[in-house]
Order: sequence, then structure tokens, then C-alpha cells
Amino acid sequence: MQIIKHDINIDFVGKRKLALILSGVVILIGLASLVMKGGPNYGIDFVGGTLVQVKFAEATDAAKIKDGLASLSLGSVVVQRFGDDPSEFLIRVQQEAEGQQLSKQISESLVMAYGEGQVDMRRVEMVGPQVGKDLRQKGLLSILYAMIGILIYITWRFELRFAVGAIVALLHDVLITLGAFSLTGREIDLPIIAAFLAIIGYSLNDTIIVYDRIRENYGKHQKKGFSTVVNHSINETLSRTILTSGTTLLVVAALFIFGGGVIHNFAFALLVGILVGTYSSIFVASPILILWDDFRSGGSTKKAAVEGSAS
Amino acid sequence: MSNSLKIRAFVVLGCLVLALASLGPTLFGGSLPDWWRKAFDPIHLGLDLQGGMHLVLGVDADKAVESRLDTMVDQTEALLREKDVVFKRVDRSSGERIVITVYDEDAGNQVDAFMKESFPNLEPLTLTADGAYILKNYRISDSEIEATKEYAVRQALETLRNRVDQFGVSEPTLQRQAGNRILIQLPGVKDPQRAIDLLGKTARLDFKMVMEEANPQDALAGNLPQGGQLLYERRVDSRTGVATENPLVVEAKTVLTGDLLSNAQVRIDTRFNDPYVAIDFNAVGAKRFDQVTAANVGKRMAIVLDDTVYSAPVIRERISGGSAQISGSFTEQEATDLAIVLRAGSLPAPVTILENRTVGPSLGQDSINQGMLSVMIGGLLVVIAMLIYYRLFGLVANVVLVLNVVFIMALLAIFGATLTLPGIAGIVLTVGMAVDANVLIFERIREEVRLGRTARAALEAGYAKAFLTIIDANVTTLIAALVLFQFGTGPVKGFAVTLSVGIIASLFTAIFVSRLIFDFFMARHKVDRLSI
Repeated sequence: MQIIKHDINIDFVGKRKLALILSGVVILIGLASLVMKGGPNYGIDFVGGTLVQVKFAEATDAAKIKDGLASLSLGSVVVQRFGDDPSEFLIRVQQEAEGQQLSKQISESLVMAYGEGQVDMRRVEMVGPQVGKDLRQKGLLSILYAMIGILIYITWRFELRFAVGAIVALLHDVLITLGAFSLTGREIDLPIIAAFLAIIGYSLNDTIIVYDRIRENYGKHQKKGFSTVVNHSINETLSRTILTSGTTLLVVAALFIFGGGVIHNFAFALLVGILVGTYSSIFVASPILILWDDFRSGGSTKKAAVEGSAS
Repeated sequence: MSNSLKIRAFVVLGCLVLALASLGPTLFGGSLPDWWRKAFDPIHLGLDLQGGMHLVLGVDADKAVESRLDTMVDQTEALLREKDVVFKRVDRSSGERIVITVYDEDAGNQVDAFMKESFPNLEPLTLTADGAYILKNYRISDSEIEATKEYAVRQALETLRNRVDQFGVSEPTLQRQAGNRILIQLPGVKDPQRAIDLLGKTARLDFKMVMEEANPQDALAGNLPQGGQLLYERRVDSRTGVATENPLVVEAKTVLTGDLLSNAQVRIDTRFNDPYVAIDFNAVGAKRFDQVTAANVGKRMAIVLDDTVYSAPVIRERISGGSAQISGSFTEQEATDLAIVLRAGSLPAPVTILENRTVGPSLGQDSINQGMLSVMIGGLLVVIAMLIYYRLFGLVANVVLVLNVVFIMALLAIFGATLTLPGIAGIVLTVGMAVDANVLIFERIREEVRLGRTARAALEAGYAKAFLTIIDANVTTLIAALVLFQFGTGPVKGFAVTLSVGIIASLFTAIFVSRLIFDFFMARHKVDRLSI
């Protein structure tokens, strides 16, 4: 079976302006949301705090849980339902200082309000503010290091302009995913950093396969002009791009739907990232090469003109 | 069949047999013979899957330096007195210094000479005149401070390990981390709160004499007599369970510490059925205890644990057997835990809990089930997609995909890596991406077939041309995974592990194994047209 006919020739490169505008708008919407919400919505992993996942014997609601915790004066408490189960909740409390044992107090108050044996503390996560700060720093650094490592590898295997195109595409993907998190009000915690790095890896995988074809075709058909070669290469790899992205999206969707609440956000990040990553390897990473090429050749003709007038 | 084909088939079969053998203990557990289970460990499940506790404790090493200085102050005082040097007082001051206040230059010189001899690692600092007195400053050296901190953290690790061992958890992990932190992992711990109480306790046991003449109410108002210390005595009413705290003034000086214990056991007081902790001193402790009790008959001695008075019994007579008891209003559990921490020894400095992640066993099981379900469903969808798209070639890709998952699991078992929930997500992601290598190869083969090549030539060219592309594409993902591995803690590391193992396994299966299957097939059948 074939979804994409082998002699297909869509003018992707010709639509690069449209694509750039579209990407720009989506990124701006995400950034606007980030600015309005005062930065990314970091989970307790990065700002410190206590998260408790509680399963009650019977269905209950957030207001009742908050009532049960009222005596503790915990400051800002967020109570959220966990998944679809009306008896399971996440309670999140901001933590001011190291070493506080909020989970114990929360558990005791809930047992007091709901009765013995009615409350099951399924998960407790407490991260002190200092550890949170350390983790945030390490997380950002790891993304930076991954990008540098990749930049070096691609420069070595291809050329610098390919590396720059790949990195721009990566930033594009990470920014859009970050924006999607902000827009849907999802928290960024430790596994999300892992998801970001996976997106980086995946998006590159896609980009490199197109680049590889561009390099191969450019050697063969140099006369046709760079942008034609680029467009031809995108079309040649289109079938593969769609099939691989399709299978990967299938499994990530399975993870998103069936994987359970604990990795729901993680799967969401991958879902968005893979979609955007596929788009960016066609509409961002490759057009950048052409832009670079135009810029360089434009610059050199100007230079030649100057030299000409001087002589 | 050609030789090269035979060798390749042998390699793949060998890998498969090894993989299946290493997965035996994971899949069948106890029903396998002993030698088999000894050869391979089952796959370790992360705390997020099997339930358990992940703690990071911060050792307050500055406190260890302070208490070291306090000991030096005590020693200096005693020694100066012994040598008949006239001095006003010895204090610990900020900036890790000991300050000795003397009346005149003469005494100052005596102190200098004495300090140089007794504490060669203290640096004398410039004198500051304070009215008529002379203040002699001695600063503990930076290297000494570092050494003290280092020792405190190492000692804390040792003590915590003792406590964990006595607590009874199978396969605990204790690791020192940067920045005076200690990581503790307790898989399958049943009562997380008890573990926190047990590990977080400094368990510094002091025996101090009660200052009978001082009035606790005055002390509460801020009128603490010289050399006194205000502590609280904890009492729990055994019927109502209400705890009360009574102020008590004791001498700041410790007469005996818990370091001199040789044993601590829980006993039950037969009269009231109250549990208490019986302690035995070692030889030095017993001698000291004998002296102290002999000198203080009729007075009260406070038994202080972490600055809380547990009891302050009156010394009725000299006690020379070297044993004593700590009674307070304990539950049996509290008494047991107290005995554990006393036996394991005190922490050289207080610890604070910087990070705590606890997952209950029921949630862990849910995560395993949901993770497995998504692997199955995702895998099935990919298998169907490949079959529809590539027909017979799709079948080969699917066989290779199943092999890939088997190899990933086997590598996890062989390297003793830990499988976490994000790790399962990593496997899911790999399943989606693993077919990529085959897709690349198959697309190339299709192109070659369209160019009119024979079946064998198309196959040959497809593999050859796709090879470098596949390597380049996967190395970058591998770079991201390795960075993640370097950075990651716990579950995130699990993701990095399965992702990188998955990439390597998929390269092997998608390139090497799938090629073998085709070559094997072509060697037996005459193929003119490829079903692709």
C-alpha cells in the first residue's frame, strides 16, 4: 500500500512564508500565554512543595477536602481530581521551608474529617525549595547541553548551516510545546524535561533524514538550484515521514489514553512535540537552509558589486 | 546456505537464547532452578512501580562544626583549670572561633603557649581589647572545618545505614550525594511515616543534672541562671493520649552521653505494663555513670534525647552496674524505635528532609498495569499499520519489533537497570520509533524496485543507502538520552535508560536481524518480485 504516491511533488518550499507566519503566530500565542500567567507553571519538582495523591473510600469533592484541611492553614492549597475517578484527588501545597512534614499533617487532618480507613495516601511527593531550585537549574542545563552536543554532531556530519537549521527547528518545537502546556494549564515537572529531551531527539531524527536526502541530492543535481533540491528531497522522504510519525503518534496516543494519570502530562508533551516536530522538519528546518543560502548568495553578489565599482 | 549467513544466524540465535535466559527469572520467578535464578536477576522495578520511598536528607554539617567547637570549649575550660591558668571564661563565637577571656598579658601568654600545645590545628588571631580584659581568639582552620563536615556526613551515612538495617527493608539503597546530601531508597516500605521518624531523629542522648534551685517559671521569663539550660519534659497521658510539656531547668553541661552505650533493649515494666528502654553502658560509660551517681545521690538526673527531657528520675543510690532505663510514656512502637536509634548511634549533626517521594504499592501496581496496557495497544497498532502498509515486509518488520522489545527487556535484566514508569514510556516510544529504521530501508527498496532493479539488487541497495541515514538520525537521539541519563534522578533516569537501550537494540534488530531474515528467505526461494 502507498499513502503517498512516489512521484508526488508538493511545493513545500514555496509555502515557506506562510509556514513561517503560522509558526510565528503559534509561538507568539504560546509566549503571550506564558507572559500572562507569569512564566511556566512549574510543578513542585521545580519550586518546592508537597503533592499528595489521596484515594477516598467513597466519592467526594474538592470543596469538602479543602474544608477538611482548613484547620491546617496551609496557605495556597490546590485540590484537583485525579483522572476520571471521583474518589481520587491530588492535593498540592506550596512549601516555604525545608524539612516541613506537611504530608503527615494532611493525612491526619483528612483521617479526622473522613474517618479511619477511609483515606488511602497513594503517593506523597515533597520537594524542598532548595532541591527544587537545583532540579530546575539542572533541567535547563540538560536541555542546553543536549542542544550543544547535537549542534557539534551535526556540524561534524553535515555543515554548520544544517546544524543551525536543526537547532532553530528544535527551539521551535520546544517553544510550541511549552506554549501548549501554558495554554492548557499543565504543570511542568521532572518527567516533562525528559519528554522535552525526547522531543528534541525525535524532531532531530526527522530533520536529519530530510537533511541527509538534501545532501545526497545536492551532490547529484547541483544545477537545479538549491531550493528545488530541497523541495524534491522533502517530497522523496514524505512517505517515510508520514509513516514513522504515524506509528509513533499511534503509540504515544495509546500512552496518553491508557497510560494513567501519573504520566498523562508526559504523554501530552510527546503528542504535541511529535506533531510539531514532524511539521518543523518539513516547514522550518529545510526552509532555513534556503534562507541561509539566499542570504549568503545575496551577500556575495552585493560584495561583488562593491568590488566592481571600486575597480 | 553461505557461510556468512550461517554465522549471522548463529549470532542472532545466540543473542535470542541469552535474552530469553536472562528474562527467565523475571517472567517465571521462583519456579526456575536455582542456578538459573542465580545467573540472572529479575528486572528491578523502580520505586514508582513497586511502591516505596525515596528520601533525600540534608546533613546540617555546620552544626557538626559547632558541636566540635563546643567540645573544644569544654576541654579547654577543664584543662586550663587543671593547669591553674587564671581566665575569666571560654566561649564559642561566630566565625568558627573560640574566645578565651583573660585578665592580663601574663595569663594571655600562658594561654597562647597552652593552646599551641593542646590544639595545634587552631590558628591564633589578633587580640581585641575589651575594656580591661584581653580576648584571645582561636580560629579553627578551613581544612579542619572541611574535615569535620566530611566526617559528619560520612558518619551520618553510616548511622543511617545501621538504622535502615535494623528497620528491616529488603534491598535498601543509601548513597552520598553532592552538597552534604544523602539519598535513601526504601522499596516496599509499609509505614513511611515511621521510617521518616526513625531516620530523621538525631538521637543525641545526654544525661544532665537538674538545677533544683532554679525556677522554671523565671527561666521562661528569660531569667536563665548562669550555666543553665531550659528544656521541656514531655509527658503523654496514656489514657487520653494528650501530650503535655513541662519546663525544666538543667545544667547545660552534659555529664554523660549516649556515645558510651553498648546496648539498648525494649522491656516491659510489669507493674503498669509500660514499655521502657533498658540501656547498658560500655566500660568507660559504666565507670562515669558510677562516679556521677555516687556524687549526686538525692538529686535528679534528666535523660535528654534531642533536647527533650524524657524523664528526670531522682538518683536514690550509687549505680555501679552500668545499666539504666529510659522510661517516658512510650507506646511499644516508640520504645522499639528509640531502642533502634540508640543502638545505631546518634547522628553527628541534625538532618532535614529535603525531598521525599513515596508511592504506595496499590498505585505502583496500577501504573504497571496501565503502562503494560499502553505498550500492548500501541504495539498492536504499529504491527497492524506495518502489515497493511508493507505486507510481507511488514511482517518481517513486526517480527523484528517483537525481538526488539525482548532485547530491551533482556538488556535491562542483564545490566541490572531499573524499570520505571517513564521507562515504560521510553519503551513505548522506542516501539514507535524502532520501525523507523525499517521504514527507511523499505522506502529505499521501493525506490530501487521502481528503478527496475532485481529483487536482490534492490534489497542490497536499500540497506546500503539507508544505513548512514539511520545511524545519523539515531545518534542525535542517543545524545539527548545520554544527557538525560547524566542529569536524571530516579524515574527520569529510567526513561533515559530504556530510550538509549531501545535505540541500540532497534539498530541491531532493524538493520542486522531483518536483513538476515530476507537473506535467509532469498537463499531458499527464487524471488523475482518483492512484495513491498
